[in-house]
Amino acid sequence: MIDAIYNWIDNRLALSKSGRHLLNKIFPDHWSFMIGEIALYSFIVLLISGIFLTLYFIPSSATVIYHGAYKPLDGTHVSEAYASTINLTFAVRGGLFMRQLHHWAANIFIGSIVVHMLRVFFTGAFRRPREVNWMIGATLLILAIFNGFLGYSIPDDLVSGTGIRIAFSILESIPFVGTNLAFFLFGGNYPGTDIIPRFFILHVLILPLVILGLLAGHLGMLVKHKHTQFKGRGARNDNVVGSPLWPNYAAKAGGFFFLTTGVTAILAALVQINPIWQYGPYVPYKVSYAVQPDWYMGWLDGALRVMPSWEIHLPGHMIPNVFFPGILLPGVTFTLIYLWPFVESKFITHDYSEHHLLDRPRDNPLRTAIGSAVFAFYFVLFGASATDVLANYLQVSLNVVLWTFRIACIVIPIIVFPVAYKICLELQAAPGAGKRKRHMIIVRDEEGAYHSVDSEEYAGYTASELDPVDIEEVDLQPEIAVLTNSADTGDDGVYRVPR
Amino acid sequence: MTETTNEHPDLESVSLDSPQFEVAAKNIKRTEYVTFGSFIISLIGFAAFGAAYTQNSPNYVFGLTIGIGLFFFGFGLVSWGKYLMPQGPFSEPRPLMETTEKEKELLKADFTSRGKVAIKRRSFLIKAMAAAGGVFGIVAAFPLIRSLGPLPKNSLMTTKWRKGSYLTTIYGDRVKPSDMEVGGILTVFPEDDLGSAISQTILLRVQESGKVVTMPGREDWAPDGFVAFSKVCTHAGCPVGLYEHLEQLLVCPCHQSMFNVKDGAMPIFGPAPRPLPQLPIYIDSNGYFRARAGYDEPIGPGFWTRGGTA
Repeated sequence: MIDAIYNWIDNRLALSKSGRHLLNKIFPDHWSFMIGEIALYSFIVLLISGIFLTLYFIPSSATVIYHGAYKPLDGTHVSEAYASTINLTFAVRGGLFMRQLHHWAANIFIGSIVVHMLRVFFTGAFRRPREVNWMIGATLLILAIFNGFLGYSIPDDLVSGTGIRIAFSILESIPFVGTNLAFFLFGGNYPGTDIIPRFFILHVLILPLVILGLLAGHLGMLVKHKHTQFKGRGARNDNVVGSPLWPNYAAKAGGFFFLTTGVTAILAALVQINPIWQYGPYVPYKVSYAVQPDWYMGWLDGALRVMPSWEIHLPGHMIPNVFFPGILLPGVTFTLIYLWPFVESKFITHDYSEHHLLDRPRDNPLRTAIGSAVFAFYFVLFGASATDVLANYLQVSLNVVLWTFRIACIVIPIIVFPVAYKICLELQAAPGAGKRKRHMIIVRDEEGAYHSVDSEEYAGYTASELDPVDIEEVDLQPEIAVLTNSADTGDDGVYRVPR
Repeated sequence: MTETTNEHPDLESVSLDSPQFEVAAKNIKRTEYVTFGSFIISLIGFAAFGAAYTQNSPNYVFGLTIGIGLFFFGFGLVSWGKYLMPQGPFSEPRPLMETTEKEKELLKADFTSRGKVAIKRRSFLIKAMAAAGGVFGIVAAFPLIRSLGPLPKNSLMTTKWRKGSYLTTIYGDRVKPSDMEVGGILTVFPEDDLGSAISQTILLRVQESGKVVTMPGREDWAPDGFVAFSKVCTHAGCPVGLYEHLEQLLVCPCHQSMFNVKDGAMPIFGPAPRPLPQLPIYIDSNGYFRARAGYDEPIGPGFWTRGGTA
């Protein structure tokens, strides 16, 4: 029966020809390659849980009087968006779980994109031929952040509404187009009535479609280039060493999908996230204490806080304060990310050749030091989004906390840079590799001077990880012959396209 | 065309004694038990989820049961794949992303030789097509963008506060001095714009009586110990909702800008660049607060088309 079905399909799509090639596709093994998979699997969780939520959410800012399962809000005037979110939380079976699953998956999605990006950066996986895929990845990060913001904005609760207000202020700060842009997006002056339905359709349809398209390109290019791999165990620039798609990788990756979703589900079950019934509905003249966005917006919120109170005044125009942390900073950030592969090959490595073997972070100290310093800068900004909470918790004045962060976001990267650089050099100098790393031994000679000498090698350890080790290769599939014949014109004068 | 030949050994022709086909597990029996066990736990988790759902259990039970089911299903698969399948390593060749000069030439030839006949000779057609397409691209943007919202015009420059507007609460009640104690704080609106995000104004009673002069030239703006400021932060637009009476500071909870009430709500801390605009108020003959005039400058955060006055 199954044979018959397979034959029927095979006779129409010739799957047997390409299918074997696919089953034998080799995936290199390294734990750090799974981080990108977490992002992919979280996206699938987002799509599934998101579809569930759209069945119950009403994207409308029309005012209704709430009468429902959550008694403390009974009789209050709220928007339909807020009322329907409360309703799907408390009156729909499994609704609260699905909401928390969606929110947790979003946080994990963006978090794993960031960590994946750091992995790709510090191992030099963005080098030729993968520069374009690096840029697609950066675009995916931007879209994921935007979509996360849109997602937590549409329930129209007190915290998210404050975030939308700040977003309007940032939009209208953009020189030349800002005021019009803000009015067009919001359908008028703040708050307007259009923003919930518009954010909704962007969140559930338009951005997910763009993300899906870019994701297809990201993965398609990955298949075309094949995976990068670390040195060692027979890995060369012109091969891929690892385990085949079927059955090893299918079992491991499939299993990893369930591990990811399982952990997300357990988090959603046990750890409360975005309890909008506690925040209350959005009211433009109310605000709650300790307003914080979701973590991935933290660096922007921190930048808004540490920015000195400067504005630029021009005749008839101005560049408002929020433009610098709200538009200029992320603009510069992502421009640098996009351009980094080209900056590095032009100014640092002068290396334009094709790379499929990964660097270890120590192999390129300058890249690692720059990356660490820049990351430290954003990490300090992220911390700065909690100035008020820290001041309360540590019982120090807000002034002290703010100035600490203002100074730290300049000083800490300056400290991190040489420290990271030095660590790379030290690691390079240590003989051996991985767990077999040996320490230098310090000896003192008769004149009292100190010298460091290599310690003895471990018994039976002969190879350094950096040297490719030959293995007995098992090619699962013969090389596909490269087509070399060119187009030719046959005697009959028909132009033949070479295949 | 070169015939594809099977010169390399494939899976069938490799001896199963090859070390690549050993499994990674040291104790195979135990690994099999662990894998089997995790699938059984997974089965129990999924079944429990089904039972919990029919019983309408709390949400954390749904999440825990299905989460445990998923997790151990994944755990079983991973342990199977990682420890009970041939450990390899296997390899496949990787074609580099480079093409020969000849391949480049061939593509170019296909493109241009046909192009010489089909495209290049008729360049005026290209120009006409580009012109039509370009105009389409521009006009297509009109309905897509222009219909989205009104032009800002003057709406960011003004509020609904007019000369004579009553200061009213969110419920529409007119406010009079006896409604508030010293240190009190109340959000007020014009009667025709209740609950407005733009017109929201904060009324403070900073002292028992007497005029409050926050700045030279504002001698008649704040009677009987009362003073009113726009509630929209000049930094990013949050409602400036916190008031520290002892120091007479208005604090924005979003980014902690602080405004000194006694000094015309001048920002003394944080990122806010401009003072909160002050609403000139008076007490009419019936004892109600009313606005002497609207705000004399745009309220809220800066925007590109705002005038340059600091």
